[in-house]
Amino acid sequence: MPEKFDVIVVGAGPAGTACALTCAKSGLNVLLIERGEYPGAKNVMGGVLYRKQMEELIPEFWKEAPLERPVIEQRFWMMDKESVVSFGYKGLEWAAEPYNNFTVLRAQFDQWFAGKAVEAGALLINETVVLECIVENGKVVGVRTDRPNGEVYADVVVLADGVNSLLSKQLGFHKEFRPDEVALTVMEVINLPKEKINDRFNLEDNQGTTIEIFGDSTKGNLGTAFIYTNKDSLNIGVGTTLSSMIKAKLKPYELLDYLKNHPMVKPLIVGGESAEYLAHLIPEGGFRSVPKVAGNGVIVVGDAAQLVNAIHREGSNMAMHSGLLAAETVIEAKHRGDFSEASLNLYREKLYGSFIMKDLEKYKDAAHTFEKYPQYFNEYVPMMNQAMSKFFTVDGTPKRDKQKQIMKKVTQERGTIRVIQDIYRAWKAVK
Amino acid sequence: MSTKNIEEKQYLLRFKCDTKSHLTVLDHDVCMTQCPDKICTVFCPAEVYKWEGTRMQVGYEGCHECGSCRIGCPYQNIKWEYPKGGHGIVFRLA
Repeated sequence: MPEKFDVIVVGAGPAGTACALTCAKSGLNVLLIERGEYPGAKNVMGGVLYRKQMEELIPEFWKEAPLERPVIEQRFWMMDKESVVSFGYKGLEWAAEPYNNFTVLRAQFDQWFAGKAVEAGALLINETVVLECIVENGKVVGVRTDRPNGEVYADVVVLADGVNSLLSKQLGFHKEFRPDEVALTVMEVINLPKEKINDRFNLEDNQGTTIEIFGDSTKGNLGTAFIYTNKDSLNIGVGTTLSSMIKAKLKPYELLDYLKNHPMVKPLIVGGESAEYLAHLIPEGGFRSVPKVAGNGVIVVGDAAQLVNAIHREGSNMAMHSGLLAAETVIEAKHRGDFSEASLNLYREKLYGSFIMKDLEKYKDAAHTFEKYPQYFNEYVPMMNQAMSKFFTVDGTPKRDKQKQIMKKVTQERGTIRVIQDIYRAWKAVK
Repeated sequence: MSTKNIEEKQYLLRFKCDTKSHLTVLDHDVCMTQCPDKICTVFCPAEVYKWEGTRMQVGYEGCHECGSCRIGCPYQNIKWEYPKGGHGIVFRLA
């Protein structure tokens, strides 16, 4: 191992691997450090991988990557105790190249992806924890690992160490996150024969569905649940902000079992065999929680930089794109021979000019609004269900009278002014 | 069968346990005297924390390394590190 690398990337998830791959392709000397037994061993995601940002790294990756199913249908459920209001979109344009997104199992996918960085020339070292950045004269010059004589040096260190990012905290780039800035999510992979999945979700082979579930899936707390179809398994999971979990005194695995036994969900998974149970934090603080992302000799990418759009369940794509932007910055800095904060702030400019920070900015008040005003999840979802039930139950009441009754019930329960306030507030949070 | 409780869920997992805990409760008295809810015993997704009357038992061997306890402890009373390289939980699927 050379004493010094051009760049050290900490963490072989989507962000780190994207960065390592891009740097290696341009001829830089790259060290990619992963603490797990293999890339993916510590990584968890509900399971949707977006094509666009991945394609920018590896054209036509779908021809060889270990993917599960292209997603051709996205459903949204507003769920009450014994009912659900659903809407969604299914389109065959998503069933053909270039596709929109795919379900994936991360342990396989991340290993394959990191393998691509290795093929491009990056050196991958597994089973190694980075304990701290080595800082000399106010500049990050390398990392100290938990291996014997485990100090390694580089011009730039890219922190792709995930949601907990102890390293960027050590550098003072952010304080400890608050419980309302992270979502605690648990999920199970449930094996189910391919034919059953196809039948239950109305799919052909090589077509997938995602269902996002709001309302009773979190017992009315701020969060969502999901069911994603893999080839011959389902990913089913649920999460809420850690603060909601604490306030409601919820045990996450009990919430998951509640979801699995919900009458709207159970028929989809019945007969399945649990294969894995996983817990993970999702950084959901959004725009205002994004830390300092560049310093002297250091760049922060992916979950470590809180780059997640919780409203659109986008994260791995933002991770990959931030990794790419970091790599471009490192390559340019190398040409200039300048790895100072001023030089690496190019990454910050690129990031803030990209869809990532534009989208996070768009939803900057969303998490806060929905956390502070829980009625959207625990009052309006049941109300929607009751309204639909009333409207579609044929009982001899004229439809116009039904509409009046529904509107009256809504305004009675919440008050007309409050309903208008609620609508305005929600619109403002997502506009 | 699909799992019905946390024991069955944890049983699905592979762990390569270190002999030393990566999780440390800094002061058990804080748990005893200041924290009636002992909320970590509730929200921890792997039921790592169990209150034993006078001290907090930390079953680090079953930890998913999610970080919730570090962020969620109302008294910042948990020192949270990563397990030694290659140790801890090994996810095989998702």
